[in-house]
Amino acid sequence: MNVTVPMPNLSLVVPEILMVILACGLLLVDLFIPKDRKRVVGYIALAGVVVVGVVTAAFWGKMAQPATTFSGTFVLDRFALFFKEVFLFTTGITILISLKYLEIEKVSLGEYYALMLFCTLGMMIMVSGADLIVIYLGIETMALSVYVLAGFMKFDHKCTEAALKYFLLGVFISGILLYGITLIYAATGSTQLAQVAAVIKEKGLAKNPLLVLAMFMLAAGLGLEIAMAPFHFWAPDVYEGAPTPITAFISVAPKAAAFAALVRIFYHGIQLLEPQWQILLWIICAVTMTIGNVTALMQQNVKRMLAYSSVAHAGYILLGVLAANQVGVQGIAFYFFAYAFMNMGAFGLVIYLRRENIVGDDIDDFKGLAQTHPLLAVIMVVFLLSLAGIPPTAGFVGKFLLFAAAIKAGFYWLVALAALNSVVALFYYFRIAKAMYMQSPEPLPQLSPGRGLVLALVVVGVFTLFFGIYPQPLMSLAKDTAHTFMMFLS
Amino acid sequence: MKDAYWPLILVLLLAVGFGVVAVLMSTLLGPKKPDPIKLSPYECGVDPVGDARMPFFVHYYVVALLFLIFDIEVVFTYPWAVYFKKLGLFGLLEMVVFIAVFLAIFIYVWGRGALEWE
Repeated sequence: MNVTVPMPNLSLVVPEILMVILACGLLLVDLFIPKDRKRVVGYIALAGVVVVGVVTAAFWGKMAQPATTFSGTFVLDRFALFFKEVFLFTTGITILISLKYLEIEKVSLGEYYALMLFCTLGMMIMVSGADLIVIYLGIETMALSVYVLAGFMKFDHKCTEAALKYFLLGVFISGILLYGITLIYAATGSTQLAQVAAVIKEKGLAKNPLLVLAMFMLAAGLGLEIAMAPFHFWAPDVYEGAPTPITAFISVAPKAAAFAALVRIFYHGIQLLEPQWQILLWIICAVTMTIGNVTALMQQNVKRMLAYSSVAHAGYILLGVLAANQVGVQGIAFYFFAYAFMNMGAFGLVIYLRRENIVGDDIDDFKGLAQTHPLLAVIMVVFLLSLAGIPPTAGFVGKFLLFAAAIKAGFYWLVALAALNSVVALFYYFRIAKAMYMQSPEPLPQLSPGRGLVLALVVVGVFTLFFGIYPQPLMSLAKDTAHTFMMFLS
Repeated sequence: MKDAYWPLILVLLLAVGFGVVAVLMSTLLGPKKPDPIKLSPYECGVDPVGDARMPFFVHYYVVALLFLIFDIEVVFTYPWAVYFKKLGLFGLLEMVVFIAVFLAIFIYVWGRGALEWE
């Protein structure tokens, strides 16, 4: 019997390999660091994330054409690279905002950072998966780490409740996702996206009921991480209960990863089912935006409000998926970077307000911030403007691209609805601004933020404004991303 | 072609025969001193009948998980050993990486004190 050893091109997975070494190494290093100095583990993790980010960025120039490895199951293209940078950026900022927070919550453990790196690794595999099994593997690596992170404050009842809810819903949906994958395999005889697409085209399976069902299941499976309606019910509870840095992380990175996987599966895999999933996505998109925004109106807790707002943002980003054109993909890519800046910033402010006995996530905690900390209030207003999509912020540019893509694809009604939703969103975002500027402060203990948090806030604040005023550099990167991604289609 | 199935039938007969004979012999010849623990379906496990919501030592879970992980490691090394020569240097390096990850797990688990039984 002959054994053929498939020699994969390992140079394409260098970022992932580095991430594995970093995460495992971190666990071992953590053993030798005394309990009161766990911050060092965070610093090492941060340095590692920066290194992996630079290594990943170095691939950009070489990847004008997509390259595959591991027998075509792993693809590296600019789309994957762009999203990997989004994850690494988010991870870096999350580590910065966690350093002090974990010490306040008395859960400063090295495993926190290692889990975060494993989670990032899972997401990096997810966006590079050209095979449904590889994508699933990435999802599980990501999700298992996030479940633990969401329940990291194990003596806090809300936190453990959040983690358990997230876990139970996650494993259930993961089963549905896997079932969808088996149905695709049953219908086409392959799990590789390129082959699935080829078989569908060749045999004219676009109306095959198995595939339509599989499509629903895949949308449901990824829809949970995206927090799109009707799979958004976990979001408010988990966002409220989880440690705030992790809430910030979950609201950006796994969402971006799930969107990237969704776009890849629906564009490169079962793209010919388009007429069917357009109707489905149209409804989901409209419902997600509206539910997110309308429910956010009534929230008194800022973390919950931002949770519903993140549901609404998922709706806006679905516009780009629905448009299925180059501007749409460009918009999704751009939006996620912008969203990372503004959402991490808004959650960072909540962490900033964390004091002894005060979580800082009630709207009343923001009262009179403009008088006591004028600069902080101004930064928060920048993030709120960006979240609402008002120039000159990065959020506006992102929203503009998404709306433009949807108009180009002819979804006028949906864009009109999205615009109406943006007006609703303005109201609840500016409830925070109102609390900061128009109400007088209550006597509260002094704020004492960590240096990491201040640095993170400055970085995301500057980026939010910079890419709002001068979006060209990020926009052209997003354009290249979309271009190579759609090229692969035709 | 039919002859190919004879060994299979023989094995089946032997297996069933061994089981029946062993149970029969122990029923006929063995001394009988039953007590509640001996009569329970799993002598060192959880009672299969009754309320499932009972507290048990969480350390069982860690040990079971570790057992599973290192068990799988061994299972993987067997087919690898069979093809060791054909796989060459590539196979050796693959296994070195694989074992290195397990070594990292082991050091971590040991360092965290998960192997100590209180």
